[in-house]
Amino acid sequence: MSAVTSTPKAAAAPQSPAPASRRRKRRLDGANWPLTALVAVLSMTILIPLYFTVVTALKSPDQLGGTGFELPTSVHLENFSTAWTLTNFPNALLISSIVTVAAVVLTIATNSMVAYAIARNMHRPFFKGLYYFFIAALFVPFPIIMLPVTKETALLGLDNPVGLFLLYAVYGLSFNVFVYTAFIKSIPGELEEAAIMDGASVWTTFRKVIFPLLTPMNATVGILTCLWAWNDFLLPLVILSNPDTRTLPLVQYVFQSQFNTDYATAFASYLMALAPLLLVYLFAQRWVISGVMRGSIK
Amino acid sequence: MASPTLSKTAPLRATASRRSHRTKVNRTFYWMVLPALVLFVVLHTVPTVTGMFFSLTNYAGYGEWSFVGLENYINLFQDDRVLSSYGFTFLFAVTTTIVVNVLSLFVAVLLNSKIKFQTAFRGIFFIPNVLSVLIVGYVFNYLLSNNLPLIGQALGIDWLSTSILANPDLAWLGIVGVTSWQSIAFSVIIYLAGLQTVPGELYEAASIDGASPWRQFRSITFPMISGFFTINMVLALKGFLQAFDQIVALTGGGPGTSTESVAMVIYRGGFQGGEYGYQMANSVVYLVVIVVLSLLQMRTLQRKEADF
Repeated sequence: MSAVTSTPKAAAAPQSPAPASRRRKRRLDGANWPLTALVAVLSMTILIPLYFTVVTALKSPDQLGGTGFELPTSVHLENFSTAWTLTNFPNALLISSIVTVAAVVLTIATNSMVAYAIARNMHRPFFKGLYYFFIAALFVPFPIIMLPVTKETALLGLDNPVGLFLLYAVYGLSFNVFVYTAFIKSIPGELEEAAIMDGASVWTTFRKVIFPLLTPMNATVGILTCLWAWNDFLLPLVILSNPDTRTLPLVQYVFQSQFNTDYATAFASYLMALAPLLLVYLFAQRWVISGVMRGSIK
Repeated sequence: MASPTLSKTAPLRATASRRSHRTKVNRTFYWMVLPALVLFVVLHTVPTVTGMFFSLTNYAGYGEWSFVGLENYINLFQDDRVLSSYGFTFLFAVTTTIVVNVLSLFVAVLLNSKIKFQTAFRGIFFIPNVLSVLIVGYVFNYLLSNNLPLIGQALGIDWLSTSILANPDLAWLGIVGVTSWQSIAFSVIIYLAGLQTVPGELYEAASIDGASPWRQFRSITFPMISGFFTINMVLALKGFLQAFDQIVALTGGGPGTSTESVAMVIYRGGFQGGEYGYQMANSVVYLVVIVVLSLLQMRTLQRKEADF
């Protein structure tokens, strides 16, 4: 359809002063190849270390000499099976997955609700105070409170994966309330007024009207929480008391201190720990990046 | 609260019913925040306050303790290990913040220009952000101690021919490099978000006026995204001041204690050294430093921002 309609225009164009404008248009539409080449070279700084990790994980210990960037002469997949059993990979993967999924779900469900209550009542001193109370905590990084938090979680019986994901949801409040409130303020109040007129309670209004509208922000918060909970090291290091509940990064730490000379197995173990999130990212790349961007604009 | 204004406009009966409706609404809103508030106070505020309290004691983390007043604070300022950890942390955080922001702004402008495979490249540059800091540290630890020296030897560069992580003068640069490699990913995305808010017409107008690309960047791009610059600078500095994971993985604080960060000293002293009270005093000082630096940074940067 569009091809048919556009042909006469294109045919008519070259008659009058078109050449100049056409040339300019081509320059605007076409890609800048020298810049593309520069970006390609720069992206090597990201890809080469990743390549290095993969090939190292596939080598036998006696192939590790040299510059380290050579392809393996023979592929040693047994590195992965050794690492699998030595680190009890399935267990760590399960713990990390549970903690991450629970942290994401709990964070989205609770933080959006808190932000909604705050955003719609900012004119009341209590809620305004609460807003600034949460924001102020952004200035208190975790290392500062880690000693007392560790004592307290042990005392409350929270020195386990349950305590861990609870802490992610609670510590995330500061930042998440900030981004959610900014977003909720941009949602016109009429929608809720209409729902209330129809007899819906505040609770139902939030669940049925507001929460669905928050989907883009929920995605942003979910992505950031997921990256944080999956990769975090310090919080599980100080909180978790039972060695059987170690998360993936924690397992690498312990493994590194126990078998620090077996590099091929270590790299296989690193790769297995990095792989799950890396795979998710490869498939959801566009979505992840736009989610993170949205968070920074709000 | 809003009832005085309401009573002027609405009939009395309506006011009464609406007021009761309002209080009911309020209660739900309170229930929405209350559980979160309680948990936050228990898990964040209480530790902060008890930590401050114990900074005035000689508590070892177990057993008896007594008040020592400001003794911990006085000792902090005479403790070489603590002072040098602050020195290292500042040097590392400031250098990395500058390196990361300059490079990521550069990469973001490149990625935002008319290049081929824009989405794919954007995807590649974000990869480091989905990787664990600790594991990236381990990988680079191996690269920097085994492979880089070989390259240095081959090229005959003296300072590169041994592991820079084992060199007390250069180890911090290795940490700066690896941290930058990873942190650029996130900053690039924030700058890209900023660059997309700049209207394209501005550049068209500027190129008609014959402004060079550098001039366009200085006079259009940078002022337009200065808000994003502030966010990135503040987030980066605050994040790097807390450095822990990458140092554990790269140097373990060594050689000696030359790359021990403040967070690391708190961790080691507090958990392994029986210095609970003392390290809480350190934490309080560290908190004050972070708050003061962040506020100063925000004020100076915001003053430079074009009406954002």
